[in-house]
Amino acid sequence: MALHCGRACRQYLLHLAHDNVDFRLPVRTVNLQFTQTFSPFWQLNGLSEDDIRSVMSRTVCGKSAFELWGHGTTIDELRTSLLEYPAENMAPYLQQNSTYKINVYTFNKTLVFKDRIEKIDALDFLPFKGTVNLKDPEHIFCLLEDYGSDPNDIPEEPFHMYFGRWIADGQRELIRSYSVKKRHFIGNTSMDAGLSFIMANHAKVKADDLVYDPFVGTGSLLVACSRFGAYVCGTDIDYNTIHGIGKASRKNQKWRGPDENIRANLRQYGTESLYVDVMVSDASKTVWRKNAQFDAIVTDPPYGIRESTRRTGSHKDIIKPPEDFSGESHVPVSMAYHLSDIFADLLNFAAHHLVLGGRLVYWLPIYRPEYCEEMVPLHPCLTLTNNCEQTLSSHTSRRLITMEKIKEPEDSDRLAHLADPRFTPYQGHNSFREKYFCGLTKKNGKDSKATPKNKD
Amino acid sequence: MKLLTHNMLTSHVKGVIKGYPLIIKATEVKVNELEFNGQFVSRMIPKLEWSALIQAAGWLGQSQDLPSTLIPDYENDEEFLRKVHRILLEVEVIEGCLQCPESGREFPISKGVPNMLLNEDE
Repeated sequence: MALHCGRACRQYLLHLAHDNVDFRLPVRTVNLQFTQTFSPFWQLNGLSEDDIRSVMSRTVCGKSAFELWGHGTTIDELRTSLLEYPAENMAPYLQQNSTYKINVYTFNKTLVFKDRIEKIDALDFLPFKGTVNLKDPEHIFCLLEDYGSDPNDIPEEPFHMYFGRWIADGQRELIRSYSVKKRHFIGNTSMDAGLSFIMANHAKVKADDLVYDPFVGTGSLLVACSRFGAYVCGTDIDYNTIHGIGKASRKNQKWRGPDENIRANLRQYGTESLYVDVMVSDASKTVWRKNAQFDAIVTDPPYGIRESTRRTGSHKDIIKPPEDFSGESHVPVSMAYHLSDIFADLLNFAAHHLVLGGRLVYWLPIYRPEYCEEMVPLHPCLTLTNNCEQTLSSHTSRRLITMEKIKEPEDSDRLAHLADPRFTPYQGHNSFREKYFCGLTKKNGKDSKATPKNKD
Repeated sequence: MKLLTHNMLTSHVKGVIKGYPLIIKATEVKVNELEFNGQFVSRMIPKLEWSALIQAAGWLGQSQDLPSTLIPDYENDEEFLRKVHRILLEVEVIEGCLQCPESGREFPISKGVPNMLLNEDE
């Protein structure tokens, strides 16, 4: 455990927020080694301080990062570990003419002030030579204690103790500053800020990328991507949402105001210069030329629950145009866009219109009782890199899928689904709507059959 | 609609083979001043259909003596990159339409937003 090598081999501790636990993913997953997946403390090896800073500059899951100087399951183990840490690694931060402070952080326990001071005093075997400055210290150190994850059974002593030098905080502030509650233009299914940033991170969106969302809605995902410096564009079949007109989604508001559209959202956060375009378009009928390529495709396709799944084209079971049909511009008759086709089309689109190495990140709705990993759609040109679940109810969840383009499509790929059933459209999900509502009525104890408002 | 987007759009009218580039018929064009980003322009240039871009700039009266073929070593020519930045991102069609060169079908642009939806029978 003693570290003899240079800076590149140091250990770091990531303190993570205790939400969206399944979605934690540093931008680079190199040599991750952690005690428990659900622990809020992750020890990382094989990264440099620059790597850590780069991760913390984007993550909304990471609260803080520290250069780990010692750890243990008891105070004695911690002390031993700290005494073994090379003095020359500590020295630059303990200089006589520097200022510092020590914080104490306890997970799953509240300590009174007196106890915190006692714990800090117990560390005085460390060669601190500088002066304490609580307001604006040059160096911040932290003692972190993990009291487990059961709020009803808090132990007297912590399970784990860590001591390290604070390096950087994460971007959790973005969850508050980009909150949908304060956003100018929202819709029924606007993605919450935290998840939008997680999606942008899974897609590895970076400055000067060109990002596309084929089901853009109110542009929440584009807002997050623009925060990381990417140029953004999107399309949606719904004329009113793209133009920002029609009925408002806010509780006390009837109609949308003049400044409510995707461009206005980017303007709100100072990223209007990264707005490329939005268009009214049917995702099943691509408008992009061959070799038009995006660095990332980040999207939340409709599940058919709160927004209907639609496509243009005639069908014998014609669905009437939406109530807020503006009349000024023709909104073609919609027909049902089966969920299985949405994902097959999306993967195929990504295979053709992503740069090599580019990523597709999207939500896949799942009926939990029937879920198995084989249901996740595949494509010969894309490799599945992440699959994270967010539970929505006892019988439904959605999975954040990340795929990376590994090769350009060839003609033979169109026939791939005949060889391997995993390439066939996501079966059984057409009835996701029915299962969703069926599950609800069963739960309520009613014996009426599910009657969704418009048929899928 | 910006010319960066236009450069990547094609007509998807059924049966059309030569649907690119869409002809721009603009009735209102706006030029916004944006901060120059040479990095982004250099990254985008290799992905563009250069002749379509020049043609589009011409339709909007924004040719600015850009060359009809790409010059080599453009990454280091800031004056050139600034001109490209302008036509890609700063010039916007606010009202007008895009016309399929083969079928003649028009897609309206309203308030800067193109409507690419086809009717059920197209």
